[in-house]
Amino acid sequence: MMMTARGRPLSFYVLAGLMALLLIFLYAPMLCVYILSFQGPDGGMSFPMVGWSFHWFEVLFEGTGGHGIGDVPNSFRRSVRLAAFVSVLSTVIALSAGMAYRRKFPGSNFVFYSAIAAMVLPGIFIGFGIALTFNLMGWTINWWSSGIGAQLTWSLPFGLLIMFIVLGRFNPAYEEAATDLGANARQRFQMIILPIILPGIVGIFVSSITSSYEENARTQLNVGLGNTMPMEVTGLLTGSSTPVLFAIGTLTSLFMFALILGSVLLMGWMARRRAARSEL
Amino acid sequence: MTVSPKVASWLQVAPMAFVFTAMVLIPLGIIFVVSFLDYNFAQVFPEIYMGSWQDALYSRLTVDLYLTVFKFLLITLTITFAIGFSLAYFLVFHVRSNGMRLALLAAAAIPFWTPGPIRMVSWVPLLGKEGLVNQALLGLGLIDAPLDWLLYSQFAVVLAYINLLTLAMLGPITHSMAKIPRSLIQAAQDQGASEWQIIREVILPLCKPGIAIGTIFICTAVLGDFFIVKIMSGGQTNTPANAIATELAAFQYPPAAAKSVMLLVVVVILVSVLLRFVDIRKELQR
Repeated sequence: MMMTARGRPLSFYVLAGLMALLLIFLYAPMLCVYILSFQGPDGGMSFPMVGWSFHWFEVLFEGTGGHGIGDVPNSFRRSVRLAAFVSVLSTVIALSAGMAYRRKFPGSNFVFYSAIAAMVLPGIFIGFGIALTFNLMGWTINWWSSGIGAQLTWSLPFGLLIMFIVLGRFNPAYEEAATDLGANARQRFQMIILPIILPGIVGIFVSSITSSYEENARTQLNVGLGNTMPMEVTGLLTGSSTPVLFAIGTLTSLFMFALILGSVLLMGWMARRRAARSEL
Repeated sequence: MTVSPKVASWLQVAPMAFVFTAMVLIPLGIIFVVSFLDYNFAQVFPEIYMGSWQDALYSRLTVDLYLTVFKFLLITLTITFAIGFSLAYFLVFHVRSNGMRLALLAAAAIPFWTPGPIRMVSWVPLLGKEGLVNQALLGLGLIDAPLDWLLYSQFAVVLAYINLLTLAMLGPITHSMAKIPRSLIQAAQDQGASEWQIIREVILPLCKPGIAIGTIFICTAVLGDFFIVKIMSGGQTNTPANAIATELAAFQYPPAAAKSVMLLVVVVILVSVLLRFVDIRKELQR
């Protein structure tokens, strides 16, 4: 094994090769999407490239492609609106529930296993259940009621699990010190706990945005009028066969990369700032 | 004004409990009730009708659907476990620097930021009739005509599952393996154990929680999936979740409900067996 051997054993090279193969397997399809989105106007959905152009991005933004791509900007707006509400709600609700789990309380297992159930049950099952409930109650399905509710069943379990990770690593000595110095509950939360777990909270926020933006199984039956982005792209998948799909792919990936990179940088900056402060 | 700690916890957890009760538990109960009701197009009548259950339980189709999905599940689990365990071993015991380990894990995670539907389209230029794989094989003279089973086939479905779910196995196993004390490995080495013996008798048993979590992810993802199987098989292969989706699209609520309850029972049995191997809350807090 590695700790004693100076040179690399054969197994290292075999496994390194496997790692490389996995990365190729993961990246090759995505690279095809990014490259082919710059396909020339006469090119198709496969290689070779027939010239390079921004043609398919123009088609996307101007809605000039004909077959049903007119609604992409509106779908994007709907998805962003949904993600904004879902991420804020998830963060607040998960933070609050996480704080509850710092003590033992009757019913804690009930909520925890509900969360596990919400996470592991097939999404289509939960989406169907919510739609059926609204249907039988005679309520209209709407993005701000059933839509947000359906998405919360997907984002909240992850929020709660992240809170468990964050609070599991929280050193109670800081809080005890604050108590000894006479801080009340509100002060302890605002001045001690919140700053320390802030990177985790940003994590919940971002994971909620991405899970809301990408969720389809629960959302599609409950969002009411108008498509969300995943519904729109799924529709295009079956209806259209031009590189416009790849243009959408490149843009959505860029959007996600920017979002996640931004939040990672933000979390790093917060951690550094806290470290710098505690050195003083 | 002070509240007792118990009441404080209840107040704090109340919003989450409300969402799960209103959006998961009550709908679950309603699906169960509706599965026993009579129906016609898009309407449900409050009269008992067992036909949906008879269809779901006794039709040959149900057996076929479950056989198909369990075939997919078994192949996916075997391959993702083989890759996931080997690479976790590589990352934990072969890669020497922490930075390199994190960089490799991050590299494997980055493609997952691309939304699902887009990742499905991405197979067309690779595996399609005019795709790169066929072009390469034709160019090398290995085949005379393009292979048509690369895309829109059961092969494509399993390939997409493996592509999407290997990380779900690799991540948790790496997490479990990284927690194994090096002194334990050292002790086994001192006793003269070979690398293979150490893997089989020390590392593998200690990775059980990670393997269980990865398996839960993959079971629920494959059993609940109706989208990937539809797109990647070109609509030619059906699974239980797919059958539900089809009936929902036709507004056949009670039969869809009966099939949903069946699928739910299967998922719950699988997950509760797997949860015996791992305490998720303890696993997260360490």
